[in-house]
Amino acid sequence: MATTAFVGLPKRMLAASIDGQDVSVPEGATILDACRGMHIDTPTLCYLETLTPVNVCRVCVVEVEGSRVLVPACSRKIEAGMKIHTDSDRVRHSRKLVLEFLASSVDMSLSSPEVHGWMQRYGAAPKRFGPKAATVAQPVKVDNDLYVRDYSRCILCYKCVEACGVDAQNTFALGVAGRGFDAHISTEFTVPLPESACVYCGNCIGVCPTGALMFKSEHDMREAGTWDEEKQTVTETVCPYCGVGCMLELHVQDNSIVKVTSPLDHSVTSGHLCIKGRFGFQFVQKRRGGGGGPG
Amino acid sequence: MQIRATGGPATAEEMQAVDSVLGQPHSLWEGGERAPSDDHLARGGRETRSQRHLLLPVLHSIQDRVGWVSRGGLEYACRRLSVPPAEAYGVVTFYDRFATDKRPPLAVHVCDDVACKCAGADELCAALESAFGPSGPSGSHSGAAWYRSPCLGLCDQAPAVLMERSGMGHVEGRITHAEPEVVRGVLDGGEWPQAEAVGIPQPRSELRLLRRAGEIDPESFDSYRAAGGYSAFRRALELGPEGVIRELTDAKLLGRGGAAFPTGRKWDAVARTPARPHHLVTNADESEPGTFKDRVLMEGDPFAIVEAMTIAALATGCERGYLYVRTEYPLARHRIENAVGQARAHGFLGDDVAGTGAHFDIEVRRGAGAYEETALFNSIEGKRGEPRNKPPFPVQAGLFGKPTLVNNVETLMNVLEILNGGAAAYAATGTADSTGTRLFCMSGHVRAPGVYEVPMGTTLRALIAMAGGLHEGRELQAVLLGGAAGSFVTEKQLDVPLSFEGTRAIGATLGSGAVIVLDDTADLNQILLRIARFFKHESCGQCVPCRVGTQRQEEILQRVLASRGTNGREGDIALLGEIAQAMRDASICGLGQTAASAIQSAFVQLGVGR
Repeated sequence: MATTAFVGLPKRMLAASIDGQDVSVPEGATILDACRGMHIDTPTLCYLETLTPVNVCRVCVVEVEGSRVLVPACSRKIEAGMKIHTDSDRVRHSRKLVLEFLASSVDMSLSSPEVHGWMQRYGAAPKRFGPKAATVAQPVKVDNDLYVRDYSRCILCYKCVEACGVDAQNTFALGVAGRGFDAHISTEFTVPLPESACVYCGNCIGVCPTGALMFKSEHDMREAGTWDEEKQTVTETVCPYCGVGCMLELHVQDNSIVKVTSPLDHSVTSGHLCIKGRFGFQFVQKRRGGGGGPG
Repeated sequence: MQIRATGGPATAEEMQAVDSVLGQPHSLWEGGERAPSDDHLARGGRETRSQRHLLLPVLHSIQDRVGWVSRGGLEYACRRLSVPPAEAYGVVTFYDRFATDKRPPLAVHVCDDVACKCAGADELCAALESAFGPSGPSGSHSGAAWYRSPCLGLCDQAPAVLMERSGMGHVEGRITHAEPEVVRGVLDGGEWPQAEAVGIPQPRSELRLLRRAGEIDPESFDSYRAAGGYSAFRRALELGPEGVIRELTDAKLLGRGGAAFPTGRKWDAVARTPARPHHLVTNADESEPGTFKDRVLMEGDPFAIVEAMTIAALATGCERGYLYVRTEYPLARHRIENAVGQARAHGFLGDDVAGTGAHFDIEVRRGAGAYEETALFNSIEGKRGEPRNKPPFPVQAGLFGKPTLVNNVETLMNVLEILNGGAAAYAATGTADSTGTRLFCMSGHVRAPGVYEVPMGTTLRALIAMAGGLHEGRELQAVLLGGAAGSFVTEKQLDVPLSFEGTRAIGATLGSGAVIVLDDTADLNQILLRIARFFKHESCGQCVPCRVGTQRQEEILQRVLASRGTNGREGDIALLGEIAQAMRDASICGLGQTAASAIQSAFVQLGVGR
């Protein structure tokens, strides 16, 4: 019997120009979508494919002719006839300053190599604000056995709040509190995680771009100086706990699982897991008898 | 969503404060006592969550009653509204108005902003500091504490103080021209002084928007009617929605909130947007330092604002209006609430507005500090007052995601003038591109501070002369035009015509209409640092350019003014310029985009740092 496959309504194509090159994109595409389609490397920090754009970091800003201010590429939709510049002086200046603002106030050492590449490309020199420039440095919060929160690495990208909220987990244990330079990620009344609504799905760790949220196993190994990504292998498997079929990536060092992730583009998980898939791996290493490994 | 309450029970006072806004809880599900049916029936859900917008009124109620919001109190509010506690904590810590640590019941807020500085606010703060210790709850004294505050909108009566006593009978009051002994007496538990009533300093014959303020009884509907009230409304009914909008367009009215957008075009866009319902919002949260015109209008002529909002609603198809008034304006809030109540009682609001069959009502919302228009929407919705990215613009998707018409109080007053006299007569005043009159808030070193109404295009020199000019023997140092987001102008630029195009020609702006005059006694460095501190404090913290930029701007400005830069003075001034450009280009909202404007103009116009 023939089945009907609905392929969606045809989308109108919009013509625009990016850096002088004509481009045609489907209605609803953002400037970032178009830039990526043209292989124009556009820096992003608060943007993630699986989350609603919050456009707060402003590192993806581009110049649109006729617009008084720069616009965020991650959330601004292409309009017909838009003339966009991604490498003008104004764009380079704002991207550079945003990277300098962040790197001068936050410990960015664990962010991806891409970020360090952008800092080089835009000539960011965070030290020029002087040695007394205020930072968000503070002690690491270690209040449970599963993950730690090091807010001196937090750039306030809102991703963890989104993943804890309606974009993934719907637990709402985290929010943004305070305002201005003192704005920060917090549980209610800054209570430790075990007193909060946290269910330890670890989806906030999965989306954190700067290593502010980290498996306790990784944190402990980094403290001990034994963390070595060169020596790690990644084994792909399917979570054994229930029938959903979440894909797991087991990061293994010295024959022990040191952290668990799931690929962003996996159709079942979109990168998100639950407490069992994320943290319930100790039994694998305990079975060997000697415990062994950080779990 | 599970709401975990781990902070212990709320006190009886806190629960009463919450229930006074929301009514009694009917079941365990809403935070009440367990009833037998609760085991079999779940309540709450969508119905409860749809009350989220009442979070701020609830928090105000707790703050008024107890003086601060405890964890137990917040969790009770969360259970009643089905709001996650972490999110509510983000809200309560966002707004300056709410405290999350125990506070003494009597709070005395002392303005130390630019205009009050010119009138001795620093000396006043120093006196309080020596008597009671530093500003903040730690400097408390016999159940009282004093706090340094940004502009209270009482610049015509500087130095200004706002007092508040929490408890069952929560009271607020102000001290004008505050003397140290008087404020000390209040902090010591003495009687509160009577606030002076401040009149309009200008001859009444020159006034249009202000002509009723101070003349009529602001609490009496009949007094307003007798002074010609609701004649513009009658005219609006004759013209019909399209006719009203055409009049505004023909009158070339530009918005008075700061952005100078054509009002007729804005109303037309909302009227034509097919999505329903439409919302009407009046922004009466004026918080730009040196601005107090909206307070004077609300205190002196509140019915006019209700009338203008009704006209706007009928012209653009809004069924619900919100008037978001600054929490620092208790008298204005009281008068507006009274005006709304009386208008409703007389049939000018409600299910059948003045027999037209139209439905429209106004809710007065007490602000907590969110004056950017999209931040204000979030605030009304019960969220952190973080601005939204535009587009979408409010006319497409604003309050509760629906098409929204936002106007400033002064803009609405102009609507009445246009309808009463006709567009042609209105446009005859002012310049070709800036029609009508404009309210200017004169403060600082002038002999007669206050709100002045002049035709657009009047020179700054003439305006300063109207306000009595400088004090005897003093010389002008600079004028801060347009408030903290405006710019400094000098003696040489005093002949600038005060119109949108006239100020633009010299790279300045009318902004909110604040004009702070500084003579040669003003400590410009201190004023610049105060402006930098204001923006650092007002930054919501959402976007990086403004969150870190305002912080760095203050740090580097301090270095430049103290001449102790690591980059050398020239290098630091150049760095401030770079920060300014990034904030202007890449910030989400107008606050960040203008956070460097006055400081940059001080370097360019006044040669500060040279």
